[in-house]
Amino acid sequence: MTGFLALLSRDLRLVWRRPGDVAVVLAFFVVATVLFPLGIGPQANILARIAAGVLWCTALFASMLSLDRLFADDHEDGSLDLLLLAPWPLELAALAKCAAHWIVTGLPLAVLAPLLGVTFGLPTEALIALAATLLVGTPTLSLIGGLAAALTLGARRGGALLALLALPLCVPTLIFGTAAIETLMSGEDLLAHIAVLAALALVALATTPWAMAAALRQAGE
Amino acid sequence: MAPSLLDVPLLNVAELACRRGGRPVFDHLSFALGAGELLALTGPNGSGKTTLLRALALLVRTEAGAIRWRGADVQDDPETWRSRLAWLGHLDGLKGDLTVRENLLAAERLRGRPAADDRLDLALVAFDLNALVHRPVRTLSAGQRRRTALARVMLTQAPLWLLDEPLNALDAAAQQAFRTVLQQHLAHGGLAVAATHAALGVAAARTFELAA
Repeated sequence: MTGFLALLSRDLRLVWRRPGDVAVVLAFFVVATVLFPLGIGPQANILARIAAGVLWCTALFASMLSLDRLFADDHEDGSLDLLLLAPWPLELAALAKCAAHWIVTGLPLAVLAPLLGVTFGLPTEALIALAATLLVGTPTLSLIGGLAAALTLGARRGGALLALLALPLCVPTLIFGTAAIETLMSGEDLLAHIAVLAALALVALATTPWAMAAALRQAGE
Repeated sequence: MAPSLLDVPLLNVAELACRRGGRPVFDHLSFALGAGELLALTGPNGSGKTTLLRALALLVRTEAGAIRWRGADVQDDPETWRSRLAWLGHLDGLKGDLTVRENLLAAERLRGRPAADDRLDLALVAFDLNALVHRPVRTLSAGQRRRTALARVMLTQAPLWLLDEPLNALDAAAQQAFRTVLQQHLAHGGLAVAATHAALGVAAARTFELAA
């Protein structure tokens, strides 16, 4: 656990030293989302109808943006060897990297999304639901993205390949995330959807660290 | 006279074989290393010095053979084995955005233990890094980075040091500092395996030449 926290705090400190990397991701999220109301025009009923889908998709793309550096920096400066040689499980190290990614990407996205939802004319309870689904759903995106980042480590055009690998795996989370908000808008309870999102996150949590560790060991060879 | 602990080879490598990309890098490679001994790996480029170091650290899979520490196969308990190793690759393994001090502390914490300040000070003094402690590593020269990486190795207090070209980019004074630290390590019963082109200039060195 000491090692897990050490890696998490080191990575957060590195992000703190380069706030621009996070700012670009969040700015992309805002700009890409705001383009939709501008492009579609001010028909409130259409905008409110598509808001959840648009926000979830742009959040997904934004969280993919910074993933290609997740392990690549460590790979290029030799720190990955030190992680591979740390006397504690590599699975925990992979998890710590994903946790750091979620804290600087998923968490701010979940906080920003309701603010952007206002531009789509979403009612207040839908805004809260949006933040809640993103809060439960984005850890899955960081974990699946982390797996894709580990698998594409050292590959040419790793960034595009990473998105191709990760996006299909994120479809279930996307479906239940947007469906939750539609359910709420049609006046039903959305707890079941949140529960499914949480289940998906737990499945990712239980499976991806092992796959990431195997991929990282392979990349270290 | 009963054999003392020092006479037993701590590290025993037997019949090690390794392939990379379908091509054998080395095979039937055997050596033993006791407390206080340094093994200098020499050989032309591509002869497998780095691969052997990585194989010893279990970073690359070996085809055959065994690596034993006090008679026990290290593959049986890789985590304990890793806790016995200090690693210096051809890359320094430092974070450019962190300062020298932060890098050293982070590396120690990643080994699962807090760095004691007195040990940190010793390592900083040994490699003459005191003036640089608060500089981000990305602003340092290659030699200064190498010194930081060597200070990291010294901090680990691990019994076995695996060093890939430790003298790279070091000036004469830094090379002398490295020799002093390495000799202290050996004098305290430590072991080291170093891949190198230049002579390390350490008295206790044995040389193992890898053929191309």
